[in-house]
Amino acid sequence: MMRIAAGIMAAVLTVAAHADAPKFKIERGEACVAPTAEMRRDHMKMLLHQRDRTMRLGLREPRFSLKNCVDCHASRETGSVLGKDGFCSSCHEYAAVSVDCFECHTPLQQKRAAAKP
Amino acid sequence: MNPDRRQFLGWGAAAAAALAPGFRLIELAQARSPQEAASKLQRWGLLIDITKCSDCDACVTACHEENGVTSLGRPATDAQWIRKVSLRDKRTGYAQTLPLMCQHCEHPPCVDVCPTGASFKRDDGIVLVDKHTCIGCRYCVMACPYGARSFVHEAVSGQKADVPRGKGTVESCTLCVHRVDRGETPACVAACNKDGGKAMAFGDLNDPSSDIHRRLRSEPSSQIRADLALNTGVRYQGL
Repeated sequence: MMRIAAGIMAAVLTVAAHADAPKFKIERGEACVAPTAEMRRDHMKMLLHQRDRTMRLGLREPRFSLKNCVDCHASRETGSVLGKDGFCSSCHEYAAVSVDCFECHTPLQQKRAAAKP
Repeated sequence: MNPDRRQFLGWGAAAAAALAPGFRLIELAQARSPQEAASKLQRWGLLIDITKCSDCDACVTACHEENGVTSLGRPATDAQWIRKVSLRDKRTGYAQTLPLMCQHCEHPPCVDVCPTGASFKRDDGIVLVDKHTCIGCRYCVMACPYGARSFVHEAVSGQKADVPRGKGTVESCTLCVHRVDRGETPACVAACNKDGGKAMAFGDLNDPSSDIHRRLRSEPSSQIRADLALNTGVRYQGL
């Protein structure tokens, strides 16, 4: 009985969470580098791993590079992954997890970053 | 030693002798693929001929443009990756000018003093700051005998996609590592050869067939503060 109640509670909570979950557009490409569920759960691990490989070993593999994330996911209007409906910021604000990447890295697509002084 | 083992060693010696001179088992790569790590076989460096260096600052402008290093109009705290230094002999009045940046030492003092391991030397000899682990203590700024490092005092915006920069970290010349990894020369060298006096050359100090190696072998050159025995990757001529 308890188990069923817990199941119902979990289902209700999931639905409730989905109702006001952030909605974002995925701007470019058919598929990400990994399935959506995996990306949602593990994107930070991929970025952390890639970060050290690039910085320390000089491996500039495009697959998990932050630059490539931004290039696909930046908004068409602003060219950025931050801002009100930005791909990164909308979810991170909802989850109340600060995203430090863009203290140093540009949140703009390469084209726009190159154009900006 | 049993005969089998002796025979095996003999074959090994014969195989080693059979390698023709100039043939390398591990080839020295020129431009790496993105899947290939920086290698100890290479050591990137610069050779700067001061006799050709004039009053222009093409290298400084190009560096700061390439790396998105902008001035806030506060010279005391503005980041400086490369600067022109003027020398003048007081007795004779002979004046020289030279570009000075991170010397990419083989034994970098900035790496020795870093408490977090953020300041490090990549396998191909490029000295970098891993800003992910830099805590902004500035020990390296004090340790560097060339004054090559800058601290970022204020929040930065408008960074280049290849060159992340942020408040609270130390930074310096990266030898344009993002360009080198693409097989290009650093921005200062490209600018000097285009708009300047063609005083700067970039290359692999370990590759005997490279132009920079040939020049270092056949012409006089010097290191700044050679007495510190840091074995700098940036060498000067006419100093």
